[in-house]
Amino acid sequence: MPLISDPNLIVGIESAEDAGVYKLREDLAIVQTLDFFTPIVDDPYTFGQVAAANSLSDVYAMGGKPIVAMNIICFPIQKMDISILQEILKGGLQKLREAGVLLVGGHSVEDNELKYGLSVTGTVHPEKVVTNKGARIGDKLILTKPLGTGIINTAVKGGLADERSTAQSIECMITLNKKAAELMMEMEVHACTDITGFGLLGHACEMIEGEDVGMLIYSSAVPVLPGTEEFAAMGLIPGGTIRNRDFRLPMIERAAEISDERLLILFDAQTSGGLLISVPEQKASVLLKRLHQEGVNGAAIIGEVLEQPKGKIMIR
Amino acid sequence: MRRTVDARGFSCPQPVLMTLEEIKKVDKGEIVILVDTDTSKENVSRAATSKGWQVKEIQQEGEGYRIIIAKH
Repeated sequence: MPLISDPNLIVGIESAEDAGVYKLREDLAIVQTLDFFTPIVDDPYTFGQVAAANSLSDVYAMGGKPIVAMNIICFPIQKMDISILQEILKGGLQKLREAGVLLVGGHSVEDNELKYGLSVTGTVHPEKVVTNKGARIGDKLILTKPLGTGIINTAVKGGLADERSTAQSIECMITLNKKAAELMMEMEVHACTDITGFGLLGHACEMIEGEDVGMLIYSSAVPVLPGTEEFAAMGLIPGGTIRNRDFRLPMIERAAEISDERLLILFDAQTSGGLLISVPEQKASVLLKRLHQEGVNGAAIIGEVLEQPKGKIMIR
Repeated sequence: MRRTVDARGFSCPQPVLMTLEEIKKVDKGEIVILVDTDTSKENVSRAATSKGWQVKEIQQEGEGYRIIIAKH
């Protein structure tokens, strides 16, 4: 069906964005998003936290402020104890409280497979919406969380992950992108997206697709969770990560010293990953310093936006 | 005698775990691993290499692959 155009629609379904944005007044737009998935950790409370942090992130990535949220739940009530559901919802609610977001409702259905997530509504000034398009030549790229949650989750599934890797991966997934987004909005940035299922390079490819720019990623500057490299070398790589690489490989130009495993880490499918922010070069170090000061410790400058090669990402 | 690991029908990381399990049982020789996805093909090859085994051959077999790894 043809898409209906509306002068007040700022970000719609066609642009592969993190959330939809609709202008209500000259100075006010709503940001809406929905995200839910199957458990990626064993502990129900933690799963609730991860799902909520992940759902909220889509609003943060657009420069929005989340206000209200609704739960969406699929639960196998015949074979699973209701206390599991209660723990999941508690975990989700804890993250909403931390974010200052009100839970205003939700819906549950019976399903063979457990799923949980949230629909989040936020607000943003119509002229301050940050999308994944608009990165400019000379910009620096800041990533606010380390990579590796997909690979570590696979190692956890296989019973091969150590305590330290598991704990740091969970900590990474339950960390809100709130602070990072607020600091980003204190200065003029050109583009932002959050890193989720397509991995760092998959989302970076979306940023430059159809734009007149290319990118350079400093591979060794990209922060990675402990254990990620070791597990990658052992072949504990999620299918989604491998598909991310295969799909975007034509857009990638990698230096000879970048190993196959390193490339896969850069494509690793993340859950509740960090923000990737394209910021003017002269403001990059200020933003990075602010992020570190405010506790976003994993943040790093990991690349830059170039004029050439257009539509491609070089990795060095 | 060649050992065979049939990891068809298993999703990741199971084929890798089955391969590592088999490698633990023998210190050298040849092992054949049957997998049915590209992901498993790549991950099993990587797992074998990381343990000092050599991927000798990968043959297409039906919908999947027959991977032969060796250590001498």
